[in-house]
Amino acid sequence: MDFAFITEHEMVQKTVRDFAEKEIRPVIGEYDREHKYPHFLLPKMAELGVMGICIPVRYGGAGMDYISLGIVSEALEWADASVRETIAVHLALNAMTVFQWGTEEQKQRLLAPLATGAKVGCFGLTESGAGSDVAALKATARKDGDDYILDGEKMWITLADVADYLLVFAKTDPAKKHRGITAFMLERGMAGLSTGAIEDKMGVWASNTGWIAMNAVRVPARNRIGEEGEGFKVAMSALDNARYTVAAGASGGIRAVMEASLRYSQERETFGKKIAEHQLVQQMLAKMALNYDIATLLWQRVGWLKNQGVRNTRETSQAKWFATEAAWEAASDAVQIHGAYGFSAEYGVERYLRNAKGAAIYEGTTQIHQLLQATYALGWRRDKPLRCELPAYDPEYWQE
Amino acid sequence: MKYLVCVKQAPDTAELPKVKAEEAASGELSIQLVVNPWDEHALESAIQSSEDYGGSVGVITVGGEKAIDALRSGLAMGCAEATLIEDTEADAWGVATLLAAAIEQMGDVDLVFTGQLTVDGNSGMVPIALARKLGWPVLTGVAKIIEVTDDSIVVERVVGEARLTVKTQAPAVLSVIKEIGEPRYPTFIKIRKAARVKIPTLTASDLGVDAPAPVVQMDNYRKPPARDAHVQLFDNASDLVDALLAEKVL
Repeated sequence: MDFAFITEHEMVQKTVRDFAEKEIRPVIGEYDREHKYPHFLLPKMAELGVMGICIPVRYGGAGMDYISLGIVSEALEWADASVRETIAVHLALNAMTVFQWGTEEQKQRLLAPLATGAKVGCFGLTESGAGSDVAALKATARKDGDDYILDGEKMWITLADVADYLLVFAKTDPAKKHRGITAFMLERGMAGLSTGAIEDKMGVWASNTGWIAMNAVRVPARNRIGEEGEGFKVAMSALDNARYTVAAGASGGIRAVMEASLRYSQERETFGKKIAEHQLVQQMLAKMALNYDIATLLWQRVGWLKNQGVRNTRETSQAKWFATEAAWEAASDAVQIHGAYGFSAEYGVERYLRNAKGAAIYEGTTQIHQLLQATYALGWRRDKPLRCELPAYDPEYWQE
Repeated sequence: MKYLVCVKQAPDTAELPKVKAEEAASGELSIQLVVNPWDEHALESAIQSSEDYGGSVGVITVGGEKAIDALRSGLAMGCAEATLIEDTEADAWGVATLLAAAIEQMGDVDLVFTGQLTVDGNSGMVPIALARKLGWPVLTGVAKIIEVTDDSIVVERVVGEARLTVKTQAPAVLSVIKEIGEPRYPTFIKIRKAARVKIPTLTASDLGVDAPAPVVQMDNYRKPPARDAHVQLFDNASDLVDALLAEKVL
């Protein structure tokens, strides 16, 4: 067993941490306060190779492995969850889904511009009445010659107003419930497609969250991702990928508030000594350090499994559940350690607390993951092979 | 035009306060090592010059096995080739001797770029000693590359408060300051390639020189005294000005 990063992981980590520190950290607080999406970061991240980091070079990506995706997610959320969300949605939910389920023609036509960052992707699964209960979704897709006609609305869609390619899920056969769902790639500009923003969120103010409305949108069959009725499996596999980035990102959030707390607790004095010398403060610092390591080990295990091409739904769910709850606890403790300054926006730790709550809700609530883990433990749930699995990392093929 | 950038693996300045005097004396630092920040500016200016005026860029260092990380950083930024000269004992004069021998052996280097200083040694001697060894002109304090031709370079130098536009014949040695340009981020594709390149390692004997014995001996390492920082409030501006004059701030 070898827990050490290889050279390219170390170099990616240094680069993306530098990027987060110099390009994101100095300005993201202002974008957050003003509820603005930092569009300027997209071309910069594209130039680095972030937008398609784990996609093979032949499809426009950087040709790195899945552990690198985790490293990038961790570093971005250290700066702000909203920036990591962009990668979770654009890459893990959209581009990697085309990589896993798309035809060769779709990989050339749709995946390549996503991986280079020329196009931005989003993921439209959730509806106002269908979140964790995916089978309850109401959007429909009706076959019409060589096209499908899509109707319905999607809610709580990250990058809804930013994305060029919108991967949405609709029922082609409502009677079959979750077996009647099909995935389609919509393109911005299609007649009948509109998007808008949702305001007044608790956190991730620098992220773009919105809705998608489909009013008789005509989508060519060549934009169907996977087979008819395969959409539920497509969506769940996409969530495996995104939950991985959420887990790794949450560990970056823990690191950020831990650093702030370690710094502040060694500056601030009460009762004649640094607050770091008070044992109840030490207890909170110790918990942050422990949870950072556990969260890191959990997401790195998933990255390793992905590299091997091994199904990881159970392990990903554990990583996401643990890391997001630990990030919420760490951020809450960081606010506590900072006292009144933590409650104000001055030190920025309250932003991490607001952001952390969302991650315990999206990509499967904590409760959904607890149910999943129980059914795995009880032996009631076994993952069956998919028609299209996420390809194992193959350095030769990836880099040709 | 062939550019060669001399870099050094140096302590991360953010971690320098953690270094104990004994640790510095032993030369075995347990803190994070990074490319000397000034050298990152040298890498950027050489790579940018090659993009603007043509040519290729190599990167070279003198150090131990860990120094390979600095070379990989240079490759990831855009250098085409890298060379390690293995030596952990050399002082600034020794480093210049080894670099000069390597450059003469390469035979096709037109412009050598270095950072103005290293954050550990702080002597700024290597570019000057290197130029002396090679018998080439040296331009220090370079803030801007104005033009590169097949056999010359025009730069802007900063000397105190003056700015000079200077032209020199190639080959030449340049030491650059941070104003010359922010170093670029390595792209992931270049990182991937840089991480896998086999980097050639040379020794003094490969270069046909005797490993130079240090001419500078460091015999007393100590940390600077902690600054006595405190807050002082003044009732009026006149007292404040007097205090600033007394402290030679004004």
